Amino acid sequence: MEFRAASDQAMLVYLGEEIGLESHRRVFQLLRLLHEEPPAWVLNLQPAYSSLLVTFDPCAVDHQEVEVALRRYEERAEKLVLPQPRVVEIPVCYGDEFGPDLEEVAAAHNISPSRVIELHLSRSYRAYFLGFAPGFAYLGDLVAEIATPRLTSPRQKVAAGSVGIAGTQTAVYPFSTPGGWRLIGRTPLAMFRKGREPMGLIVVGDEVRFRAITREEFAAWPLQ
Amino acid sequence: MSSLLVENPGWLTTVQDLGRPGFGALGVSPSGAADPVALQIGNLLLGNAPNAAALEMTLVGGRYLFPEGGVITLAGADFGATLNGQPLEMWIPHAVRPGEMLELGLTRAGARCYLCIAGGIQVEQFLGSSSTHLLSGLGGFAGRALRKGDVLQFAAPEQMIRRKRISPKVLEALKPRKCLRVTRGPQADWFSESATHDFFSAAFRVSEDSDRLGLRLKGTSLALESPREMISEGVSLGAVQVTPSGQPIILFVEQQTAGGYPKIANVIGADLHSIGQLRPRDEVTFTQVSLDEARALWIAQQQLLNSGGALFA
Repeated sequence: MEFRAASDQAMLVYLGEEIGLESHRRVFQLLRLLHEEPPAWVLNLQPAYSSLLVTFDPCAVDHQEVEVALRRYEERAEKLVLPQPRVVEIPVCYGDEFGPDLEEVAAAHNISPSRVIELHLSRSYRAYFLGFAPGFAYLGDLVAEIATPRLTSPRQKVAAGSVGIAGTQTAVYPFSTPGGWRLIGRTPLAMFRKGREPMGLIVVGDEVRFRAITREEFAAWPLQ
Repeated sequence: MSSLLVENPGWLTTVQDLGRPGFGALGVSPSGAADPVALQIGNLLLGNAPNAAALEMTLVGGRYLFPEGGVITLAGADFGATLNGQPLEMWIPHAVRPGEMLELGLTRAGARCYLCIAGGIQVEQFLGSSSTHLLSGLGGFAGRALRKGDVLQFAAPEQMIRRKRISPKVLEALKPRKCLRVTRGPQADWFSESATHDFFSAAFRVSEDSDRLGLRLKGTSLALESPREMISEGVSLGAVQVTPSGQPIILFVEQQTAGGYPKIANVIGADLHSIGQLRPRDEVTFTQVSLDEARALWIAQQQLLNSGGALFA
């Protein structure tokens, strides 16, 4: 456990040095305990792969006090038994206009587009954390055979529902935003919607699986 | 309810309050007013809650009609406002008679002007806030910037408002700065000595493609001591991250909540509102303060904003 001041109102807590389930478990445990028993001075919690950014009220505490308090939380968080992850299934129509980078990803690895799809479907992914935009979950890890760096020049606009890959991660864009991930398909699901409970289809810690659907199924998907 | 009709929305006008902190785990950044100090003072002058929603205008003001009248205050940057053709003083409440038109032009200094209205602008709340989050199209008025023809509602108070004036001393103390005070970023020691030196001695220019997500700066290229890969982590408001091109970006109110670029510094809380008043092509410099100094400055600013009667002349 390592602490570094991020700003005069935020502390970064590092709980691991790599992207993986072990670091994720520790981040998730601490996040959960802080959600369950929120200290009055915490203003925001931002988990990532192996760290937690804690934004606090500097009128109430300073960095030293935050560190002392978080160490106490961490001692207890380590023993927290996490529930079985929720399983979330995301239907995806791969390729063509929905996955404009599918061919390129396949070519980069010298495999066929259908093999890329097969490998993308071959395992379930952990939702390490959410960031970038509301409901955008960083899912990992991809089979090394299809891990591909992001585009050198991001797109100005990525369609909502687009499924992309970047490095060893995959994600679904909940909104039409700029984006640099390589797009291989699209889901008809609304990934994040105001007024729905929960608003985001994926939350931290979920186990996410993709399921291939046809263009006909995509077109016939009920509007949400 | 009274209404406000958008005749011309200026360049980029959105509904903002003090934002929605606390939803980082959902990937939601707080959004909120780019200059929260101006917004709070504007509201306090009207007897509103400091967090009441107002219109945030960017660089160019626009034209707004008040069919039923109202009481307004302009706070932040001076956009040369007129009410029915008569120049309108900033930082003081004005009664608007039914059918009068508020017109604002180009900024004279600063980037954002707030149109605060007694009673506050009423929109559907999203996660406890009225702020617009443009990237995701959530919150505020239909999740987007205002357009010609939009009609917004506000709850006009029944009593007339006592005409308060902000103390010039307070205004001076809260004046936006072009020399931003920063604390060391979490990866400050990744940067070469010369990069650190350049960061604190050179001036940087705010680029045209800056927005509420972040301000891109142009200037001396800042290099790392040696190339390093970093694992994405949560990013704090006002973080100064440096992309592989060596150019810094100040992460702002609609920032992405996590990122993988090293951060050389972080703008202190007491200077965050100054970022909101930076215009494209403005020059900024950075100066380092300790965490203790930054904290003391923040506490002093909060005390000033919460000092009630002492704010007014």
